[in-house]
Amino acid sequence: MNPKTMDKIAKIVLWAVGVFLIALLIVFIGYMLYKGLPILSLQFLFGMPSDIEAGGGVGPQLFNTFYILFLSMGLSGIVALGAAIYLSEYAKDTWLTRFIRLSTESLATVPSIVLGLFGMVVFVDYLGMGFSILGGSLALSLLNLPLLVRITEQSLRAVPQTYREASLALGATKWQTIRKVVLPSAFGGIITGIMLAGGRAIGESAILIFTAGTTVSRHMGDFDVFAAGETLAVHLWYVMGIGLVPDRIDIANGIGALLIIIVLFINLLLMALQKKLKMV
Amino acid sequence: MNKYNVSRIRNNKLVYWLFISAASVLGLIIVALLIFISQQGLQTFRDVSPIEFFFSSNWNPDANKFGALIFIIGSLAVTVFSILVGGPLGVLGAIFLAKLAPRWMRNILQPAINLYMAIPSVVYGFIGLTVIVPAVRNIFGVASGFGIFTASFILAIMILPTVISIAADALTAVPQVLEEGSIALGATYWQTIWHIVLPTALPGIITGIVLGMARAIGETMAVQMVIGNTPQLAKSLFSPTSTLPSEIVVEMGNTPFGSVWGNSLFLMALVLLIISIFMIVIVRKISSYKAVKI
Repeated sequence: MNPKTMDKIAKIVLWAVGVFLIALLIVFIGYMLYKGLPILSLQFLFGMPSDIEAGGGVGPQLFNTFYILFLSMGLSGIVALGAAIYLSEYAKDTWLTRFIRLSTESLATVPSIVLGLFGMVVFVDYLGMGFSILGGSLALSLLNLPLLVRITEQSLRAVPQTYREASLALGATKWQTIRKVVLPSAFGGIITGIMLAGGRAIGESAILIFTAGTTVSRHMGDFDVFAAGETLAVHLWYVMGIGLVPDRIDIANGIGALLIIIVLFINLLLMALQKKLKMV
Repeated sequence: MNKYNVSRIRNNKLVYWLFISAASVLGLIIVALLIFISQQGLQTFRDVSPIEFFFSSNWNPDANKFGALIFIIGSLAVTVFSILVGGPLGVLGAIFLAKLAPRWMRNILQPAINLYMAIPSVVYGFIGLTVIVPAVRNIFGVASGFGIFTASFILAIMILPTVISIAADALTAVPQVLEEGSIALGATYWQTIWHIVLPTALPGIITGIVLGMARAIGETMAVQMVIGNTPQLAKSLFSPTSTLPSEIVVEMGNTPFGSVWGNSLFLMALVLLIISIFMIVIVRKISSYKAVKI
């Protein structure tokens, strides 16, 4: 075939793929919102769920979703920050560093159901937490960790070496340099990483079924970390698979739209933040 | 040396140990993961022979039959079929994103790919269950619409963001001078992409595809909702079957902890864990290989 014709065809195909990717996403999100938005009433958002009758809400699940998200981000955020500082500021090429890097990469590909079973054995069973918000948060932290470490390390490494040298030359210790110079410069990148990881963790379910459980506390907004902690995503799966309520399709549509809205909101924030960081 | 100096130097040492222990937690998690999952899973072999587990397709826990071949084949099938569609589509998307799309298009496509990644897998599964399953049933005139075809279809979409973002990074990293040299010699845009850019970025593209496969084989919720969850070997792409992760999530709730049944589910998780670590080893081997020395 004539190279010029081939070139034309290739460009058309590539454009078609790009447009298709965007169109598919719009159809997907549009369909979910079209089906789910009419369900989202105050009663649905903040009401208690019902096991048998129609008209139950998802209030406790909504609360648990964010409670578990914040707990797990807090837990994994602290460890990830420490690990990333070590990897970017201190680590030399030793066996320990290589092992830590291999572990971080491997952890990122471990299927979430495997992490869920691990959480079930260790947190729920061995440490005796039961199906609880705490057990779920700890298991979810395992999922967040690798992504947080990677993005935090990248943003720490992006801080110019001259900043560190200037600080050290002024007589600051290494820790003072990290705390007063490196971390503030990398702040924007670290926040981006936290939001990216949070956006992904909020819809996670396989990891939570056997750690946070499929039931909720009888009290609305129960801060007790040992209460059962079913989240929105788990509830969607549960009503479709096992639930007995007659309006389960409505509930699932409502949860689907709610999750999409939350994810859209986080991603819009992320875009605004990235735009702002680029301008500075 | 005054008191202030002593304390700040002591702090300096102290935080070093804090950071190194935080980093070691990551290593510790992987070790603990391997120990706990294999300790529970390998107990299966006290009652079930490895040959039966890996090569028998008779899964009937009530009759003490624990052959997991159905689920292993199911997992491999959905992974292969989804990568056959999602892989090429993802690489084309990555070429478009990294090399052809004008800035305004890139500003739409990049967030779109982040969104693909952020949509929860239960939502993918739910759409699969309520839209794709009935559609497959009507279009192909099959009995249920559940099965490997539908699962692979959903998975092909779910692995797109992984493949695209990693492959696009590799394509962007190809030095501009290589392309300019090729264009200057009279090559067309596509000749440059095909003969220069793609081979140079090949290790990164393969990494994206392997990580896409890792995502496909471990995906639980979306597959569980559309695969049919029947422990039988798939006779066609449209007959209900099951995969390793979907079988775990369906049966784990009903099994007594520590029973042969429960242990065999842990053994399936161990198989998944080993596959995913194996894939990381492959990725590392590939990325240490550079097509072009620059």
